[in-house]
Amino acid sequence: MIELAGVTKYFHRGSVNQVLALDNVSLSVSDGDFITVIGSNGAGKSTLLSCVAGSFLPDNGTITLDGVDITAWPEHRRAAHLGRVFQDPLLGTCASLSIEQNLALALRRGTTRGLGKGVTDEDRGYFRREVHKIGLGLEKRLADRIGLLSGGQRQALTLLMATLVRPKVLLLDEHTAALDPKTANAILLLTEHIVTEQKLTTLMVTHNMNQALKLGNRIIMLHQGTVILDIGGEEKRKLKVTDLLAQFYAVKGEEFSSDKMLLT
Amino acid sequence: MTFFAFIGALEQGFVYGIMVLGVYLTFRVLDFPDLTVDGSLPLGAAVSAVAITHGVNPFLSLFLAMAAGFLAGAVTGILNTKLKILHLLASILTMIALYSINIRIMDGPNVSLLGTDTVLDTWMRMGLPSHLAAPTCFAAMAVLVVGLLIWFLYTELGQTLLATGDNRQMIVAQGVDTHKVIIFGVGLSNALVAFAGALIAQNQGAADVGMGVGTIVAGLASVIVGETVFGAGSVPRAVVAAVLGSVLYRMAIALALGLKIGDFAFSPSDLNLITAALVVFAMAAPALKKRFMR
Ligand SMILES: Nc1ncnc2c1ncn2[C@@H]1O[C@H](COP(=O)(O)OP(=O)(O)OP(=O)(O)O)[C@@H](O)[C@H]1O
Ligand SMILES: [Mg+2]
Repeated sequence: MIELAGVTKYFHRGSVNQVLALDNVSLSVSDGDFITVIGSNGAGKSTLLSCVAGSFLPDNGTITLDGVDITAWPEHRRAAHLGRVFQDPLLGTCASLSIEQNLALALRRGTTRGLGKGVTDEDRGYFRREVHKIGLGLEKRLADRIGLLSGGQRQALTLLMATLVRPKVLLLDEHTAALDPKTANAILLLTEHIVTEQKLTTLMVTHNMNQALKLGNRIIMLHQGTVILDIGGEEKRKLKVTDLLAQFYAVKGEEFSSDKMLLT
Repeated sequence: MTFFAFIGALEQGFVYGIMVLGVYLTFRVLDFPDLTVDGSLPLGAAVSAVAITHGVNPFLSLFLAMAAGFLAGAVTGILNTKLKILHLLASILTMIALYSINIRIMDGPNVSLLGTDTVLDTWMRMGLPSHLAAPTCFAAMAVLVVGLLIWFLYTELGQTLLATGDNRQMIVAQGVDTHKVIIFGVGLSNALVAFAGALIAQNQGAADVGMGVGTIVAGLASVIVGETVFGAGSVPRAVVAAVLGSVLYRMAIALALGLKIGDFAFSPSDLNLITAALVVFAMAAPALKKRFMR
C-alpha cells in the first residue's frame, strides 16, 4: 500500500540549528494496516506523517503509494488519496463556512472544481445521513457556521470529512490530544468505528500507550528519527505497557532516566 | 449637498463600487492585500479607450479591459505563489510595472474619447435625461456584478476561494492547489477593477495614466465603511455592503468637498488625506470602542 524507503529529513540543514528529524526510515504499510505510532516528544512522529502527506519533501529516500512513486508529488495532489486529521481541531475545518459547505469541499476531494453548485440538494441528503451516524445531533444544524461549534464537534466533523471520500491512507496526528478526556474518548470510538467499517489503512500518532495498544493491529515506536520497534499481529495483541517499556529500554537503555514522557 | 453633487456621488459610488468588489475579493475573501489595483484600474481604462479609438465596439472593449486586468492580477498571483514574493510586495511590483505598460498601451500619458460613441451613449439613446444616464447605467452594472459575484461564491470554485482565504491547510488537505486558486482569484479581482476603470474612462471621456492613484485606499475605505454600517455576517450581505459602502464613501467625500469652515475649504487634492483618515478611523473603531466603552 504505502512504502517509505530510506526516508531522511533534516530541518535547518547546514545551520547550527540542524535537526535530523527522520533518520533513514523504512516502513512498509500493508493494505488494511491500522498502525499506532508512539515515541517521546521530538521523536519524529509528526514529521513522519507530514512526509507521507507531502507537507515537505524528504532530503533522501522515496515514498510509494500503491506502487507509484509519489515522492515528488505536491501536498494537494497526494491529498486526493489521503485523509488527514490534525491535532488542532481548528485546522481541519473552515470556521467561516457552514457544516454542509465544509463537507461539500471534502466530498469533492480529488476532483476539479468548476461552476457547479457548491452544495447540491443531493449532497444535503447524503450529509444528513452521514452526520447522523456520528451521533452529535449536528444533522439538524448543517447550515450553521462551523466556527460556532466546539473543538470536539469540529474534530468529529474533520474525521468525517477525511473519510467522506474513502482515503487510501488515513493520517491521524494526536487528533484527540487537544480535547477533554470524555470528548477524546468519543472521538477515539468514532475513529475505531470508521476505520473498521471502511477497512481503512491508518497511521495514528498517540502519546497514550494504552490507546496505542488497544487500537490497531500494529505498533511502531520512533526514537530520534528512527523506528526502534515494530510489532504486529498476535504478538501485538498480547503486548502490555510494561513489555513496551522493557523493549524500549532494551534498545535504548542508556536513555532510561532521561525519558519521562514515555510513561504518560 | 446639491442635487447634482448627490447624483454625482451616486454615479461614482456605483462605478467605483465594481472596483470595490474586486478589492473585497482579494482583501476579505482571499486574505490577500493587493495593491495591483492602482495599476489595473488605469489599465482597464487604457485598453478600453485605445480599443474604442481603434473602432472596437465600446461594449466589447469592456471585455478586453477585463481580460487585461485578469492578466495583471494573475501576474501578481504568480509572483506571490510561484516566486514566493510577499503578497504586498508582489502587488507593488506589478503596479509600478503597469505604469509603464499603460503608457505604452496609450502611446502617451492619456487618450481622449471625446466625440466617440461609448456605452453611456447607447444607454442614453433609451430615452433617459443625460444627467441620469450614468448613475442608472452604473447602478445596473453594479447590480449585475453583485448578482454574478454572489452566485460565483456559492459555486464549487467560489467555495474554494473562500476556504483558501480562511484556512489554507484545510483546503490543501481537500486536494486543492491553492496556488491556482490565488492566481485565479487575484486575476478575477483585477478583472473587476479594470472593468470599473474602463467604465470610468468612457464616462469621463478620457483614460489617464494617473487615474489609478489611491484606488486601493478608496477600495479599502469602502469595504470597511460598508462592513461597519451594513454588516458582513454572510457572503451576500458582505458583497452588497461593499457596493453600498462605496456609495456612502463617495457621499462622504462629496460632503467633505462641499464643506466650508470660515475661509477653509477642502480641495480635491485633500481627498487622499481624508480617505486615509477615514480608513484609520474605521479600522481602529473596534479597538477604540473596547477601550472607551466600558
Ligand atoms: N517545521 C520545523 N522546523 C524545524 N524543526 C522542526 C520542524 N518540525 C519539527 N522539527 C524538529 O524535528 C524533530 C521531530 O519533530 P516532530 O514534530 O516530528 O516530533 P514528534 O514526534 O511529533 O513530537 P511531539 O510528540 O512533541 O509531537 C524535533 O526535534 C523538532 O524540533
Ligand atoms: Mg507531533
